[in-house]
Amino acid sequence: MDDLLREFLTETGEHLDTVDVELVRFEQDPNNETILRNIFRLVHTIKGTCGFLGLPRLEALAHAAETLMGKFRDGHPVTTDAVSLILQTLDRIKEIVAELERTAAEPEGEDQDLIGALDAMSNADPEALLARQQAESAESPAETSVSTASDEAPAAGGFVFQELERDLLPGEIPLDELERAFLEAPGPDDEEGALEEIDAPVVMEGSVLGEPDAAPAEEAVEASVAEAPVVAAAPVAEVKSADGKSAETKPAASARKAEAKDNPSNAGAEQNVAKVQTIRVNVDTLEHLMTMVSELVLTRNQLLEIARREDDSGYKVPLQRLSHVTAELQEGVMKTRMQPIGTAWQKLPRVIRDLSSELGKKIELVMQGADTELDRQVLEVIKDPLTHMIRNSADHGIEDAETRRASGKPERGTIRLNAYHEGGTITIEIADDGKGLNYDAITRKIVSQGLASEAEVERMSEAQIAKYIFHPGFSTAAQVTSVSGRGVGMDVVKTNIELIGGTVEIRSEQGKGTVFTIKIPLTLAIVAALIVSAQDQRFAIPQVSVLELVRVKNGSDHQIERINGTPVLRLRDRLLPIVPIGKVLGLDGAEANPGDEGFVVVSQVGRQRFGILVDGVFHTEEIVVKPMATKLRHIPMFSGNTILGDGAVVLIIDPNGIAKMVGQGSGDTQFGVEAAEDMEESNDNESTTLLVFRGGGETHKAVPLSLVTRLEEIDAAKIEWVGGRPLIQYRGKLMPLVPADPAIAIKSEGPQALVVFSDGERAMGLVVDEIVDIIDDVLDIELVADRPDLLGSAVLRGRATEIVNIVHYLPLAHEDWTSGAPVRNLKNARTVLLVDDSSFFREMLSPVLKAAGYRVITAAGTEQALAALNSDRRIDAMVADVDMPGRDGFALIRAVRAQARLSRLPVIALSSAVTPEAIEEARKLDICEFIAKFDRSGLVAALAETEAQLGEAA
Amino acid sequence: MMAANVNEAGRDGRAVQEYEEFVTVMLGDQMFGLPIDRVHDVFIASSLTTVPLAPREIMGLLNLRGRVVTAMCLRRRLGLPDREEGAQDMAVGLERNGESYGLLVDSVGEVMKLSTETHEPSPVHMDQAWVKLSRGVHRLDERLLIILDVDAVLAFDAESRAA
Repeated sequence: MDDLLREFLTETGEHLDTVDVELVRFEQDPNNETILRNIFRLVHTIKGTCGFLGLPRLEALAHAAETLMGKFRDGHPVTTDAVSLILQTLDRIKEIVAELERTAAEPEGEDQDLIGALDAMSNADPEALLARQQAESAESPAETSVSTASDEAPAAGGFVFQELERDLLPGEIPLDELERAFLEAPGPDDEEGALEEIDAPVVMEGSVLGEPDAAPAEEAVEASVAEAPVVAAAPVAEVKSADGKSAETKPAASARKAEAKDNPSNAGAEQNVAKVQTIRVNVDTLEHLMTMVSELVLTRNQLLEIARREDDSGYKVPLQRLSHVTAELQEGVMKTRMQPIGTAWQKLPRVIRDLSSELGKKIELVMQGADTELDRQVLEVIKDPLTHMIRNSADHGIEDAETRRASGKPERGTIRLNAYHEGGTITIEIADDGKGLNYDAITRKIVSQGLASEAEVERMSEAQIAKYIFHPGFSTAAQVTSVSGRGVGMDVVKTNIELIGGTVEIRSEQGKGTVFTIKIPLTLAIVAALIVSAQDQRFAIPQVSVLELVRVKNGSDHQIERINGTPVLRLRDRLLPIVPIGKVLGLDGAEANPGDEGFVVVSQVGRQRFGILVDGVFHTEEIVVKPMATKLRHIPMFSGNTILGDGAVVLIIDPNGIAKMVGQGSGDTQFGVEAAEDMEESNDNESTTLLVFRGGGETHKAVPLSLVTRLEEIDAAKIEWVGGRPLIQYRGKLMPLVPADPAIAIKSEGPQALVVFSDGERAMGLVVDEIVDIIDDVLDIELVADRPDLLGSAVLRGRATEIVNIVHYLPLAHEDWTSGAPVRNLKNARTVLLVDDSSFFREMLSPVLKAAGYRVITAAGTEQALAALNSDRRIDAMVADVDMPGRDGFALIRAVRAQARLSRLPVIALSSAVTPEAIEEARKLDICEFIAKFDRSGLVAALAETEAQLGEAA
Repeated sequence: MMAANVNEAGRDGRAVQEYEEFVTVMLGDQMFGLPIDRVHDVFIASSLTTVPLAPREIMGLLNLRGRVVTAMCLRRRLGLPDREEGAQDMAVGLERNGESYGLLVDSVGEVMKLSTETHEPSPVHMDQAWVKLSRGVHRLDERLLIILDVDAVLAFDAESRAA
């Protein structure tokens, strides 16, 4: 493909994009002559160039479109049909251009359909026809050339010499002639050629048009005009050029000077794009430059590192200078990779326009911050997601005019696109003022697709529900339109954005609209990173994910507390999970030395916060991210590696990987980190009433109030000791007392606080120092494994509180409490399968069941439960929590019922919230009873009942 | 370059014998050969950055003139015991699918030009793990030279982790 053609293709592509945008603007504002002139000029340029290059199909199309636009200018009414027709023509032109790009030849084909339609449209109005005739004879050439002249110039990267022509403003010379003339002109042509060659997608600001340029250009015009007839043989299908060629050359020369004087501001006002000098540079060249600069940065860092160690200051100054220059160079090269986000938006007005007519909605697209720049690599990735999201907003978000009117909104819906810088990231908002997310529809879809149970969905916040629209294959559009609703897209959008380390969030208000917020890093190649150390090995943590650094030291304000070995940090009234990096990575010596001293790097991924405990923090450094070797990519903790200033290879820690570790075990990984978050939140929604007391030290302890029979304050003098064990006469019986903590000394006089637990005939008094409070709070337990007296810890009212495991105390009071009740012997004890995802409830309920004389098998989830049912045929009944995440309890029960052997297995459902739907579901599945989670006696009674039924049946 | 010459000779058809050249490396007493056209360079493996949680064979990453090279231990790859601590490792620079690897060996010996005549397939009763990684054996006068299949040595993902 010759250079000229390639040049033409790039430039025509740009022009077409601009015309697209401008046409849509023009349609809304048909009286704006500036826009029309601009469009006209661009189309004219395309036409002229096509003629010059011998592309008859393109030229004919462009000509027909131009003619129609000429009519607009003459006052022909601007109708939607007409604009659509022109847009269609532009599409055809694009097709041809695409083909041209592929094969370097204009494809065969007929455009008579479009040209016919365009001509018909042009000739439709007799008045317009008349105007046309007049124009043809006299007015038109002048007018055309005026428009070409004044408009030609601002076209960024115009055919050959726009920069120069602009100042010249030649009057009557048809554009194509002029262009050819320029081409023939020897002197400036060469210069221009050189300039043209480096004309590139890289946009640099600067002023090209100085006086010195203008003078030779003028000469060139004159020189070439003289030559014009010689080259006129080229197939130029410009009607108006026939009489404009030689005769008008002279007037042109004088006219342009006059115009240039009269109209100095006109050109500037023509287009808001101030004169921008652009050169084209091959992207590969830029990439190579970038790599080299990266290496330079590394070398500079190495030198600085050496200089830091040595005192010889002889080369410190030049090194300092080198450092500055490198920094500036780096910045400069980075800038060349930057492109305004507007380039990704260019097609959007057209998309919206087409959608509005297709969907019969009135939609306005408002774009702000189009000049916000970001790395072109990033830009490429977000281009398609953005388009998709805009389409979605138009299709799903904005209502049709009638609905809008009915709900008191302006008929025209608005989609607002806003981009701005924020720290090291760029934020893009896509907001519509439509109907907002249809939570009901999403909820139905979630349930019908089996992504979550109804009960789960019910407990979800709107934000959680909204997230499901990013689920693969998820679409709530009632019917599949050509626009969207195919359920492909939003998941791809999310994937694409996350691929480059970005995030998407949704905010939606019913009836008011939806806002998508995308945050993406500015660039991917060089990042600032915090260099930390753990067990003498250094690691880099990307600065963007570091929120703050906290120095932790035993005995200081910030010290790491351990809940059964699990480190946490109190940070502004929140418990921050701490991940000791050495331990997570299995570094030598990390186990031996748990090291609670060092620094906590507080990070945030999504909305999950956690702290990475490191031994030391060095400094921040700009690092060049190198991809991880394929053999090591499976390690989620690292996102890459880099070479530091001292030449050492250092691994880059991926906070996403760490976050996944933090969230591990709290849900399936469908949604990765967010799933973990969701789980947290769903726990959040479920508040538990807890009795908070103090016993043994200042630590607050808590126990679910539902387990407590009563609170007593007794006179300590009444405590009797039998066989070394404290007892008290309580309601006519002897009740054993158990201290809540070995550290509690049972008083001998004064009031003594007791928490009484009872079960049937037996009771136990838990001796505590003080009853603090009864609170209703979300119970988000961090489980601990090897403290038998504790279930775990939780933050209650901003305080770390230990959750007491009552099961531990019961046998201390009555040896036989949990080891099988005297009521029945274990041989014919019935076996109950207890299924609950929360170990808290399993722990709580199994002793209850054991106490009632059942053999208890526990399962933490559906799979485990099914496995247990299949392996242990003695299971007589199942108690299942139906609010489990993942495959919910109902699904489990359905699976159980599906097996012939188990179809009659008595099943008792546990639920924290009993809804009519759940009851209906339960009835269908032949569930014996619905029991609230804390209702122990209800559970025992229900189990006894199933036994009775079974007995009857037998 | 030499390898290319050999090939040319082969193509001429005039040479009766075909030759191949190998870089020899030692692990303990055993000598291995690596096709010379696959060997980019030989260097001393120093200041390795260990990668936590990495497969056993991967000893770490190192900086070789600005490139990050994945260092793989040939001993571990072949299931041989590690050397005693502190022994200096030599590394043979290899490339596969555009990535740089350093194969850690005890020492690097001379380059040998061997006739295909002395080449034999691996003995059938050789350790299967070794058979998979080798491309036969050369009978040298005083010892046997096991030719390593560079791609097989470097290609381990699932199979090595499963093993």
